[in-house]
Amino acid sequence: MSATTVLDWGLGFAQGMLVLAMALAAWRMLRGPRAQDRILGLDTLYLNGMLAVVVHGMRTGSGLYFEAALILGMIGFTATVALAKFLMQGEVIQ
Amino acid sequence: MRRLLPYPILSACLASTWLLLNAPLSPGNVLLALSIGLTVPTVMLALRPQAVRVHAPGTLARLAVIVLYDMVRSNIDVARIILGLRRGERRTGFVTIPLDLREPFGIAILSIILTGTPGTLWVQYDSNTGCLLIHVLDYTDGEEWVRRVKDRYERPLMQIFAP
Amino acid sequence: MNSTELPVWAAWLVVVFAIVGAGFSLTGAFGLIRLRTFYERVHAPTLGATLGMALILMSSMLLLSLIEGRLVLRDALIGVFLTVTTPVTLLLLARAAAQRDRHEGNPDAPPDV
Repeated sequence: MSATTVLDWGLGFAQGMLVLAMALAAWRMLRGPRAQDRILGLDTLYLNGMLAVVVHGMRTGSGLYFEAALILGMIGFTATVALAKFLMQGEVIQ
Repeated sequence: MRRLLPYPILSACLASTWLLLNAPLSPGNVLLALSIGLTVPTVMLALRPQAVRVHAPGTLARLAVIVLYDMVRSNIDVARIILGLRRGERRTGFVTIPLDLREPFGIAILSIILTGTPGTLWVQYDSNTGCLLIHVLDYTDGEEWVRRVKDRYERPLMQIFAP
Repeated sequence: MNSTELPVWAAWLVVVFAIVGAGFSLTGAFGLIRLRTFYERVHAPTLGATLGMALILMSSMLLLSLIEGRLVLRDALIGVFLTVTTPVTLLLLARAAAQRDRHEGNPDAPPDV
């Protein structure tokens, strides 16, 4: 087996696992039961999505996906913090 | 020296971040990184952040090794719990830890350590009483957790960030 | 050098790192489904945010370094960023949940500090 085949199949498999993880997180986000569970699901969805983007960048060999992953990580952080703050006080800006 | 480099650690972090983002090491990039490391912290002076002082670098290195080891081990432990590979009954619970550590940086690093090792979750910290409430996924004995956090993490952190 | 000239053992190393890391992340997401109470579930995603993330980023850095023939440490920035932000999100979330549970007087609410 050549190196390209190994990389293609192996990284594709890892990507599939991360997509499955995203699906599980989305399930938790849709099912709840409470608001904090949904936020936790969204945070996990962001995290695994970011990792999937990193692996996709490895498969294509393009450096652009690094920036995408970094931005996804930042947006995920901001979103979760804002939502948790909303949960705590009922308002984000105060 | 203090006028030129008010926050040496911040300067070093900024310069190395710039170099990491613009990967191939060229003279131009190094020059830019140096200028950012020198100028941005002086802008930060307006915000008056508290300067970090690291007292025991050796203790810091030892703590880093301990935390890395604990991170890998607790990751495997939690994965076993989730996959149901762990035998016996498992209980979860809240543990209250009275902290002696009061340095804000030390407490911030302790929160990173406790989050970075799965199985422990930082729930609440009261800065008036110094009490920390954590949730433990594998709760065997509350006293043992208090001792573990205090001996393994809090004591080195107090040495590193001693005023 | 592109990936066709990569030695096979290096490709296997990269793939093993990536798959083990993805496995930890998947286990964490699975814990989100499997664990019963909220406070147990908050522990699960940290698997992906610590070892899963570290292994995948190590694999990415290894691959890029081998392909470009120099040390590429750019991805470590994502790791640093995640390590610093995860505690903030989880502790805010846990505190919000604790406050709600205490307010409603749920039996599994955390004790007062």
